[in-house]
Amino acid sequence: MSRAAAATLALAGRETRRFFRERSRVTGALLQPVLFWAFFGAGLAPSFHLGGGIAYGAYLLPGIVVLVLLFTAIFSTISVIEDRREGFLQGVMVAPVPRGAIVAGKILGGTILATAQAGLALLLAPLAGVPLSAAAFAAAVAFCFVLGFGLTSLSLAIAWPMRSTQGFHAIMTVFLMPLWLLSGAFFPAEGVPRWLGLLMRADPLAYGVAALRRILMPLPGVPAAADAGATAAAVEIGLTFLFVVAAFCAAVAVTRRRDGALPG
Amino acid sequence: MREIPSVTAIRAEGLAFDYGRERGLDGVDLEVAAGERFAILGPNGGGKTTLFRILATLLKPARGRAAIFGHDVATSADAVRRALGVVFQAPAVDRLLTVRENLDLQGALYGVRGAALQREREALLDRFGLADRFRARAGTLSGGLLRRLEIAKALLHRPRLLLLDEPSTGLDPQARADLWQALDDQTRRDGTTVAFTTHLLDEGDRSDRVAILDRGRVVALGTPDALKAEIGRQVLVVAVEAPGDPGLRAEVERLTGHPAREAEGRILLDAPDGARLVPLLSEALGGRIGGISLSRPTLFDVFLRRTGHRFDAAPPQDFRGAGDAA
Repeated sequence: MSRAAAATLALAGRETRRFFRERSRVTGALLQPVLFWAFFGAGLAPSFHLGGGIAYGAYLLPGIVVLVLLFTAIFSTISVIEDRREGFLQGVMVAPVPRGAIVAGKILGGTILATAQAGLALLLAPLAGVPLSAAAFAAAVAFCFVLGFGLTSLSLAIAWPMRSTQGFHAIMTVFLMPLWLLSGAFFPAEGVPRWLGLLMRADPLAYGVAALRRILMPLPGVPAAADAGATAAAVEIGLTFLFVVAAFCAAVAVTRRRDGALPG
Repeated sequence: MREIPSVTAIRAEGLAFDYGRERGLDGVDLEVAAGERFAILGPNGGGKTTLFRILATLLKPARGRAAIFGHDVATSADAVRRALGVVFQAPAVDRLLTVRENLDLQGALYGVRGAALQREREALLDRFGLADRFRARAGTLSGGLLRRLEIAKALLHRPRLLLLDEPSTGLDPQARADLWQALDDQTRRDGTTVAFTTHLLDEGDRSDRVAILDRGRVVALGTPDALKAEIGRQVLVVAVEAPGDPGLRAEVERLTGHPAREAEGRILLDAPDGARLVPLLSEALGGRIGGISLSRPTLFDVFLRRTGHRFDAAPPQDFRGAGDAA
């Protein structure tokens, strides 16, 4: 095994070890998706009337799974803000390991955690009235791994140049949360005002949510609809991969810069 | 003193770095031979940590060059990083991982594995008194032990140059002495070059050579003995009672027959016959002076002589990275 690969795996292992040693993070990770789904699902169900007879709890489920991915990505990368100036990451950055391998390790660790939690959230499916076959579960988990890698990369690319966690919270509020809100996770794009519809189409996360929803709830129907569905699925998955690759490249690019202008 | 071999571990030429409009480093030239123990001594804001970060490949110099064993820090970072063991001022171990896990992770980063990893790990744990804390989480170690773990970690791959930033910050004198003892044992045996920043005089005194940094410049460079010898054998310090007693320095010079210099409310002179002069001055000047002391010159005196201000009174520069503005 090359040194870069060994470093990546060791750093990913560190992320997961740390997670299980922080008890509050474990508890939060298990409870969070259940609470979100229960409160939003039960609270909003009476006001939503979706076509096709889909219950709101079922509609929301893929969105909740993606939210779990996003939150885990954020929480596992926010630590780099302090870590790289005042802690563990300083020591890693002076090691003879390519930045790409360091970044990949950090992101892989976050992705494993995000995927595991998304897997737990997926177990809510039967409660939401969504039958979950083993194959669909496996496909959904695999897709969550890919999307989680992209979201962790994006979050790392944002967190890395930050000076303070407060700054990151601001970005989270005005950029990352809207990314989720407009992804179709919460409400469908049908019938929204034109400006909002455009924003929702431009949201890269929308395609991930749509793809996950398609995996969990394949529309029963006529062959023609199935054909159109396959095309749409290919587009959604293709765009999601594009987003993941772009986010990872951004993370590597951001971390490669040596701090010319930053003091400390 | 030991013979200094001729291989150059660190070479800096005209090294400069700015923080915005602030000067962090302003043309630093120095050379450290392989096997030396080299102290970078200076007050906060002197540029020590900036120099450390450039040598550790974390900052790119704005101007000038620096090389570690012939590898340029700006263009051959990977070769530099292989040769370096780095110990930061702020802990860089993971507190949630055990002592062993921290060392194993370091092994993965530096390509030390298998039997070699096990051998080095055990030797270092023994040497640094951590063997019985092998399975403890790093976060449960005392400050002294934690610092030892940092150093053991940095030595795991047997670096040619160990670079440390204020290694004894926050340690009590006993822990400091133990730390240096363990560090000496290990590095003298392996012939590791040790370069470290410090604001502690005695750590400068215990080094083969010292560079004194002030406001981003090297104001003195040499062995501690040679630097102090420039001052003279004894330093007489007269504390001025009233600030702005203009005739006092001339008076002291007249009474002692030695040239005196004045800085920060004190008059200093090199006085081989100091013992004779103390009662003479105190009798003649009485209430105009706050006190007289006589001492062997220290590196503080070297600093004062070269910069015209006191070591501890050097104005800290406004670096925004709080806590690491040195």
